[in-house]
Amino acid sequence: MPVREGNYGLLAEFDTPSQLVQAAEGAYKAGYRRMDCYTPYPVEEAAAAIGFHKNTVSLVCLIGGLLGLAAMFGLETWISLWAFPLNIAGRPYFSWVAFAVPAYEWTILYAGLSAAFGMLALNGLPQLYHPLFNAPNFRSGATTDKFFLCMESTDPKFDLTETRGFLDRYTPVSVVEVEY
Amino acid sequence: MATKDVPVNDPMLDPVTGEFAVIAPGHTFKSVTEEISRIVLTPRTPLGWFFGFTLAGGFVLMLLVALVWLFVKGPGIWAVTIPVAWGFAIVNFVWWIGIGHAGTLISAILLLFKQGWRNSINRFAEAMTIFAVVCAGLFPLIHVGRPWLAYWLLPYPNSMNVWPQFRSPLMWDCFAVSTYATISVVFWYIGMLPDLGTLRDRSQSRLGQYFYGMLSMGWRGSVRHWARYESASILLAGLATPLVLSVHTVISFDFAVALLPGWHDTIFPPFFVAGAIYSGFAMVITLAIPIRKFYHLEDLVTLRHIDNMGKVMLATGLIVAYGYVSEVFMSYLYSASHWEYFMMWNRMFGPMGWSYWVLITCNIALPQLLWLRKLRRNVAFMFIISLVVNTGMWFERFVIVVTSLTRDYLPSSWGTYRATKWDYATFAGTLGLFTFLFFLFIRFLPMIPMSEIRLMLPQAKIHKEAQPVPEAGD
Repeated sequence: MPVREGNYGLLAEFDTPSQLVQAAEGAYKAGYRRMDCYTPYPVEEAAAAIGFHKNTVSLVCLIGGLLGLAAMFGLETWISLWAFPLNIAGRPYFSWVAFAVPAYEWTILYAGLSAAFGMLALNGLPQLYHPLFNAPNFRSGATTDKFFLCMESTDPKFDLTETRGFLDRYTPVSVVEVEY
Repeated sequence: MATKDVPVNDPMLDPVTGEFAVIAPGHTFKSVTEEISRIVLTPRTPLGWFFGFTLAGGFVLMLLVALVWLFVKGPGIWAVTIPVAWGFAIVNFVWWIGIGHAGTLISAILLLFKQGWRNSINRFAEAMTIFAVVCAGLFPLIHVGRPWLAYWLLPYPNSMNVWPQFRSPLMWDCFAVSTYATISVVFWYIGMLPDLGTLRDRSQSRLGQYFYGMLSMGWRGSVRHWARYESASILLAGLATPLVLSVHTVISFDFAVALLPGWHDTIFPPFFVAGAIYSGFAMVITLAIPIRKFYHLEDLVTLRHIDNMGKVMLATGLIVAYGYVSEVFMSYLYSASHWEYFMMWNRMFGPMGWSYWVLITCNIALPQLLWLRKLRRNVAFMFIISLVVNTGMWFERFVIVVTSLTRDYLPSSWGTYRATKWDYATFAGTLGLFTFLFFLFIRFLPMIPMSEIRLMLPQAKIHKEAQPVPEAGD
């Protein structure tokens, strides 16, 4: 069900990743910013071409890992010193060497979960509906063998005819309008 | 199947290096996608699949019967007793979790080392990890005697005011294995996301579109998403690598921290990890060879993969052999301990000495044939040797667990061990469960990562100078 009326953007389809990268670089140079490339496998050059160089997944992962470490080590210390102190063969209550093992496991657990769910959250997934799925050629190509550049209509420089003319210079297979 | 002499102009051979190609030439983005996704999306399930699935299902039923009887009667239906209180359950636990490790090794460590050839086999190796961990995790749970109280292992506020004891390796084990299972599932699922998107888009049936649409979470292949996805994959690989090494290390602590001769060994952590990878690669070969044959995937899982896995098996097998030699050296020549000396003598020539020689034959003697390139490229031979190594690694755990326990310090507490039919039924049942889950996996999920295979094709290279640059700006 359409949530908004109008145009989401213009979607240009390319046969090769090189053409896509060239068009994306050209669009960035021409001053377009609100655009995205869609590829069936990671094309790092295309991300760089549209000015996406850094992402924060590793930061999220680091924070998660430290949190896991602190959580488990803190839990072990609290249990062994205050909640339920047990004398096990005369070993110290604060046996940090032994505590290191579960703390290590939870560091990895939290870091891994943060990396995975952080990646999904930053990507805005799960998002089952997206206007691009309305484009007739998107689903048959974007996850198989075609390379797409979508110029979004929210870009201040976006103009239906002008942007279409711009995209046509890069000899795409097709340029289609994407409805909301 | 005999090894054929390959003609000089064989398209599968690299003309320069003479190496086998990782993927057969002539493939396009579309052709690899079709070849892999048709297995899942075909409306006609092959008859052989039903046959295998039903057979495996029969073993799962056997497992259920064995478990129900266990819950009714208690662990007394097994051969576990004093002194051998660990028996088959722990042998199988260690064996299964070891098998899982090769999946993580292939998906994580080989990814970090940029070993592109791993791409064809990493998905089902990861699936193998998860199903092996499922089978492994079952054993400690049912071995505790009162499995409905297994949650007492977890630290949670309870009315008894009791908390777990964190100085015990068994407690470490609980966290290591549960973390391993969780991270493996997450890594597997995240890796599958783009391929699920492909299946959603290629599925012809409404049900398939809904099913894969939900699972793919709306993946649309945006390069921004890909960049974060790649970061997350590398991070997960970097985290899974120390994790997989730590899991079997912690499991080896279960033994090494005890004082029993045959268990109290400082070499156990690296020795266990190498053994785990050894048996895991054997299991990947056991699975890959029938699958590539049955689904005609010889173009994607090529002899290069089989050959490389043979080399990894040979290398890890030699590390394991070093472990055996070190054990003999330590106990016979170096320890000057009567008990250590007796432990090794008993292991070799005692009443269960046969199991030691089975393990030496299967793990050290026969795998030396892998030095021959001709044999590494012989599919039938590789299948048989993988079964041999799996048997050998099972016996290694049997020797460590059972033979050591039957003879401890005091002759008055010596005992013996003879597995019962319920021991065998439970073990065979988990083999069935593993196969059963695997059949479901290859039918409903993409077993080869399509996006990673696309990345390996020559077309994926970016040529900057190839096209004329259009005039910039208006």
